[in-house]
Amino acid sequence: MNFLHIWAIILRQFYLLRSNFVRIVSLFLWITVDILLWGFLTRYLSYIDKGGFDFVKLLLGAVLFWDFFNRIMYGVTMGFLEDVWARNFLNLFCSPITIKEYLLGLVSSSLIIGSFAFLIMVFIACLVFKLSFFSYGMIIFPFLVVLLIFGTSLGILSMAIMLRFGPSAEWLIWPIPAILSPFVGIFYPVSILPNWMQFISKILPASYIFESLRKVVLLDSVSYLDLFFGFSLALFYLIFFCIVLYLTYNHCLRTGSLTRYSAENIV
Amino acid sequence: MKEILSVKNLSKSYNGIKALDEISFSVYANEIVGLLGPNGAGKTTTISIILGILKQDRGEIIVNGMDLRRYRAKILKRINFFASYSPLPGNLTVYENLYIFSLLYGLRDESIIEDLIKRFSLQKFRNTKAGLLSTGEQTRLGLAKAMLNSPILLLLDEPTASLDPSIAKEIRKLIRNFAKERGYGVLWTSHNMHEVEEVCDRVIFLSQGRILIEGDPRSLPKEYGKNNLEELFIFLAKQPLNSGG
Repeated sequence: MNFLHIWAIILRQFYLLRSNFVRIVSLFLWITVDILLWGFLTRYLSYIDKGGFDFVKLLLGAVLFWDFFNRIMYGVTMGFLEDVWARNFLNLFCSPITIKEYLLGLVSSSLIIGSFAFLIMVFIACLVFKLSFFSYGMIIFPFLVVLLIFGTSLGILSMAIMLRFGPSAEWLIWPIPAILSPFVGIFYPVSILPNWMQFISKILPASYIFESLRKVVLLDSVSYLDLFFGFSLALFYLIFFCIVLYLTYNHCLRTGSLTRYSAENIV
Repeated sequence: MKEILSVKNLSKSYNGIKALDEISFSVYANEIVGLLGPNGAGKTTTISIILGILKQDRGEIIVNGMDLRRYRAKILKRINFFASYSPLPGNLTVYENLYIFSLLYGLRDESIIEDLIKRFSLQKFRNTKAGLLSTGEQTRLGLAKAMLNSPILLLLDEPTASLDPSIAKEIRKLIRNFAKERGYGVLWTSHNMHEVEEVCDRVIFLSQGRILIEGDPRSLPKEYGKNNLEELFIFLAKQPLNSGG
């Protein structure tokens, strides 16, 4: 493992970010819109409920966690897409970097940018909507770790899909979080879902986190069993999708699709 | 002369169609070898396999005494590549591109980048995004990247394609001087026969994945009763495989 290779990938992302004002704006714009939208909604719900329940902690907290997950997944995917759009694969993979180092570079840069954006979100939520984020307790850190691992694993799956089916497959990638969102119960308990949806929820690590989050807010208790299930599942996906990516990469080396990687090679 | 690259019985098929059929050749230090052939002859396939981005079906690639299958990372550290169809990321500046690639080749010494920026006359474009450079300037940048790690073997896939004749001449001179000065082994693919005659010490003709002939680009045409390399190229490209050599 050569850390200079990993650093090169992180630095590339940083150069891209600083080179274009629009990239920096986009980092904050959607966060702010999300926070304001959900913040005012929770404020309205609290108003209807005449202050009987802390909707801010329940809903706005969930938004923050979901947004963190999205950022991690898209962070890995976007880093990869930057190389697709720049047609940089040939130069990149002709250098001594390994696929493992490349992946670690993408995950690290995604984690740095995602964490930074998350902190900004927490700051805005605290400032404007009086969300006391640390009132959740230290449990937020394992929650974030599970979401980080799951987001990373889906980012890796996205890379494998695009490597196998070509850059046009990015349109299969963008909707993944939206498709998952009804199943993971960000804003409602999984128990209200129909049975077939509950079954899918059970195999998604994020659903255990949002269930746990609700328990923390509503019952003031932590379900370590949920956390364990969420963590184990996330780890399973991470390992499984890493294997998928590795096999896909080797398939590309055999078929030569890496050397002819372009928008046209979707099969 | 030291053997830098040894290709032994290399074969590759795509969906049952042979792209390379048991080809063998060598490249020595301080030697520029032209890999010639019509479109689809197997030139880019050969280069891709040497670069480790395409797996061969059979055969061996030995670089500086190391087998590519076992020492891929070590070998890639010592070789480099430039192709006109693979520009560096346009959204990074000249310096950023060279810095990122210097890290990828495990280099920490920024003076190497400064030296290459000077050698390839890129000083005034140091902070210009690569995508804003002209084709000739992008070629110079790509070549600077290819020289970053002082490669023992340099692979050039049509390096002067899409350049106007005067810039192409300048680039050829630049590569030749650089390679000869540092003793690189160079494998150079091209469709421009005048270029090959000017630059290469030896040429290898490929057709349908097989080596037809190999030799000095200045004496080969006479041996086959042709006036120049271009005539020989056209003659060989039209030959059925078993009448080559």
